Amino acid sequence: MSGEWLSPGDLQALWLTLRLAAFTTLLLLIFGTPLAWWLARSHSRWRAPVEALVALPLVLPPTVLGFYLLLAMGPQGPLAGLSLAFTFTGLLLGSMVYSLPFVVQPLRDAFAAIGEQPLESAACLGATPFERFRHVVLPMARPGYVTAAVLGFAHTLGEFGVVLMIGGNIPGETRVLSIAVYEHVEALDYANAHSLSAGLLLLSFVLLLLVYTSRVRRRHAV
Amino acid sequence: MTVEVDLRLSKGDFRLDTAFEVPASGFSALFGPSGCGKTTLLRAIAGLERHAEGSVRVGEQQWQDEQQALATHQRPVGFVFQHPALFSHLDVQANLRFGMQRRRRDDNALAFDQVVDLLGLGTMLGRRVPGLSGGERQRAAIAQVLLSNPRLLLMDEPLSALDQTSRSVLLPYLDQMQRQLAIPVLYVTHALDEVARLADHLVLLNEGRVVTSGPINELLTRLDLPMAHGRNAESVIHAAVYSQDDVDQLTELDFSGGRLWVPRVDLPVGTGVRLRIRARDVSLALQPLSGTSILNSFPVVVDEIDDDGPAQVVVRLRAGDQSLLTRVTRRSQRALEIEPGKALHAQVKSVALLA
Repeated sequence: MSGEWLSPGDLQALWLTLRLAAFTTLLLLIFGTPLAWWLARSHSRWRAPVEALVALPLVLPPTVLGFYLLLAMGPQGPLAGLSLAFTFTGLLLGSMVYSLPFVVQPLRDAFAAIGEQPLESAACLGATPFERFRHVVLPMARPGYVTAAVLGFAHTLGEFGVVLMIGGNIPGETRVLSIAVYEHVEALDYANAHSLSAGLLLLSFVLLLLVYTSRVRRRHAV
Repeated sequence: MTVEVDLRLSKGDFRLDTAFEVPASGFSALFGPSGCGKTTLLRAIAGLERHAEGSVRVGEQQWQDEQQALATHQRPVGFVFQHPALFSHLDVQANLRFGMQRRRRDDNALAFDQVVDLLGLGTMLGRRVPGLSGGERQRAAIAQVLLSNPRLLLMDEPLSALDQTSRSVLLPYLDQMQRQLAIPVLYVTHALDEVARLADHLVLLNEGRVVTSGPINELLTRLDLPMAHGRNAESVIHAAVYSQDDVDQLTELDFSGGRLWVPRVDLPVGTGVRLRIRARDVSLALQPLSGTSILNSFPVVVDEIDDDGPAQVVVRLRAGDQSLLTRVTRRSQRALEIEPGKALHAQVKSVALLA
């Protein structure tokens, strides 16, 4: 065991994980917004099936999800041409599917809680649809965005099964924290497994603490 | 200049099919029982009911016709909701500014300070929305809407969600608006006392249709309409302050049918006022009475008579160019030979100054 807290390989895994979580969260916030908006306000008969689809990653074993993603990205799959398997981009795509409900559901709830009236009122005050979104929806849904971002980020940090299936273990490309921990344990290198695991545990705790303290503060602000 | 509305809309079993025209100034009340489509009609005028067809014209602006309809944000409309719709993430001042920022300011635009004064918001500007009472919220919401410089103000039962105290606090502000606003107001309510107090014009609705519309007093005293027959039947008289009696603390009012004394009001001579006279406070006599405690008596001519239950009739009287109602028993009708054209004297037990 070296004198440093984390080996260069582990540092690389940490950096990759943070990058993966950050990109996943950012993209999900962008693409999840219209989806969550639609789920919160549509009366379409497609709403229930789409909602169920979005919630699937909550109940499916990640390995099942990873397996189908692998098939999709494999040489016979519909995404074969993009050569995504065992790349960072493929991993990003998988993470987005895997963390989708954690971002979309808080957004959907936040949008639904705003209700119809502030939007109608803003329209009567002359606000265009874009202005209504920018100046009414976004600020009113901000707590939902904070929750969605933190949950999406934290959940991606802990991803394992999907990575195992579609990412493999390529240092700097697909070797994320959870995989690194698994490797250390396999190699009976408990010390390194420990420092990585403890780091992840602490980070996740701090992130969740952030969400819950902001919630309590909001309740007291009124 | 008028506001012309002709709108059709189906919602499940409910059908709205309304056409009316009101003056492009003053308060016009949309009055009718709950569920008659008042709110839906108001929302359709604002463009909030997507499936409404027909036309809406405000002065020279066509907001909607059979071919096309402006989206809500393109209509210079102000909407005061039953439950005040302030933005909870902004303080009062920012809420008011939100109303100011979106639309072009022109000569008609009210100044920020003017609106703050009109609705008594001076001390509330820095407060956050969740800390406001219902009445304060509604005042701020009205100010927000006024500052958006609307061409037509729509008010959907702005008092009905408030408790009695907040209501009586807010009403004087509405009186002020009634006197000072230049833009037309469509005011939805099912409370007759609000109609009498505020409205210049009345649109009577029932089951999604316009029963009739016209100047307030003309409709209140029409014997073929339900308002003249209720227990609270009343008429609105326009008068002006004529003189002040400082000794007895009374004010003398002048209207086209005579003079009236009311407890002193501090308004300059010549100021126009609205009076409400209830049918049950008016009695009739063949000659002017002496030896009575009733101060107010003036000559009237019987206009029209209609049945009002087994024992009574309701009578519309003319005093000058104004109308008022009274209810008398059939026995009195016979004894006084009350019939259209008959000249009599009316005693009025109580006159309420409305605004």
